[in-house]
Amino acid sequence: MTSEPADTLEARAADWLQRRRYWKDWSPADQADLDTWLDEAPHHAVAYWRLAGGLERTERLQALRPQRTTRVSGMAAALRPILPKLVAAFATVALLGGGALLFVSATKTGTNPQLYSTGVGGHQIITLADGSQIELNTDTTLTADIGPNHRHVKLERGEAFFDIVHDSNRPFIVEADGQRITDLGTQFLARREAGRLEVDLLQGKARVDILGANAKSALLLPGDRAIATTTDVAVTKRAAKKLDAQLGWRRGVIVFDNVTLAEAAAELNRYNQQKIVVVGASTGQLNVNATLPINNVGLFVRSAKTLFDLKIENRGNEILISR
Amino acid sequence: MNDQQDSERESAGQGDMAAPSIATWFMREVLPLEPILMQFLQRNWRNQSDITDLRQEVYARVWSAAMRERPQFPKRFVLTTARNLIINRLRDEQIVPIEVIADVDALGAVMDAPGADQAVIARDELRRLQDALDQLPPRCREAVVMAHVEGLAGHEIAQRMNISRPTVSVHLAQGLRALTAIMYGEEIARKKSP
Repeated sequence: MTSEPADTLEARAADWLQRRRYWKDWSPADQADLDTWLDEAPHHAVAYWRLAGGLERTERLQALRPQRTTRVSGMAAALRPILPKLVAAFATVALLGGGALLFVSATKTGTNPQLYSTGVGGHQIITLADGSQIELNTDTTLTADIGPNHRHVKLERGEAFFDIVHDSNRPFIVEADGQRITDLGTQFLARREAGRLEVDLLQGKARVDILGANAKSALLLPGDRAIATTTDVAVTKRAAKKLDAQLGWRRGVIVFDNVTLAEAAAELNRYNQQKIVVVGASTGQLNVNATLPINNVGLFVRSAKTLFDLKIENRGNEILISR
Repeated sequence: MNDQQDSERESAGQGDMAAPSIATWFMREVLPLEPILMQFLQRNWRNQSDITDLRQEVYARVWSAAMRERPQFPKRFVLTTARNLIINRLRDEQIVPIEVIADVDALGAVMDAPGADQAVIARDELRRLQDALDQLPPRCREAVVMAHVEGLAGHEIAQRMNISRPTVSVHLAQGLRALTAIMYGEEIARKKSP
């Protein structure tokens, strides 16, 4: 900071202003001194005029104001009912404006198994017959088979967040590509990618099993992340912040917590038809830390362009980013 | 530049009645944006104790630029200035937050939206002014009320309160700062961006 601290300057400016405004002995010499001080730096001027503006507004309000101070609160009270309505109006706009592709459906029919699917950029919450909820992220397909004695989900592709109602007689089982999650009443995130399954446990307990010849299993506790291939399962601890970032899609945002530009582009591409292509290894290594609306490719590209001084080429289906 | 500066610089004494000067422009166009600016700074700068210094620096830059030429779109100009300041400060760090840019874009949409009914804002201010007065230390509040409600001058307040003139000055200066904080405080912050 090249100038004096704002607090110091504000105190000085307040002293000038009170002298000029409230005292009758303000002289041309005082005025000249004040003018000199104001000209010394724009910081002085803005500190002074900010307070002068505040004073002017205060005095304007006084012109509006009923004679007796006690009636002010009465008047304010009379107006109070307007405010919640105003706030509500803004809240509605916020919901509509931010509206992504979120559909909530309450599927309680018993026909089994049921198929659920989202396209690229899709987001769907389903409620199963047992009250458990599954939130499907982009480009995800799963089938759910819920019966009186079993609860079985097959994650065919993609990523989903599970919020499971515990039932000791009916363990909730999620299967992917030769891996199985057995849930013991919990919340977890499961993401299937070529040949492997990633599981993040938020609450409760769950077991991950590798099926077949290479049978192995791991018990997960909250904060654990399991990465299961067809032959092995590894468990690591995950910081709550990281996990929260990974669940950004549930709120319609995508959170990049210190990742490379290439990783960020790949992640964003999961959600959008128009794909970002990062050209050149050094470009891809740039560091990104951001929170963005999940479906705004343009914003991401413009931001990258401005911040890293990159070239952008829009080819319709693809946007090329290069140095 | 100096000529222009001289003609631009409003005399603090006679300014109130002069044609729109840089100071009136600043008060009318820039200061009402303070809640939005503060919201932006708070969201994008980790160390909250730097915020008022950053605000001062943004205002100083806006002021200097406006001396040369008044920005056509003050809101966008103020927020862009804030954004650039933050980006410059962060350039040395390894991690550059894209959300700074994202935020300016998001705020840009808010900026172009029509404002809330001015009368409602004014009445809300009135309530807040009352709250602000209530929160001042008792002696300070007394001095401010005498000055504003009763219209007394400094020396009369000193007599009535039976305190020294410098003490009255301290109370009144404190009052000015508190009232300004309220006037440009969080009044718009609650009308968040759609």
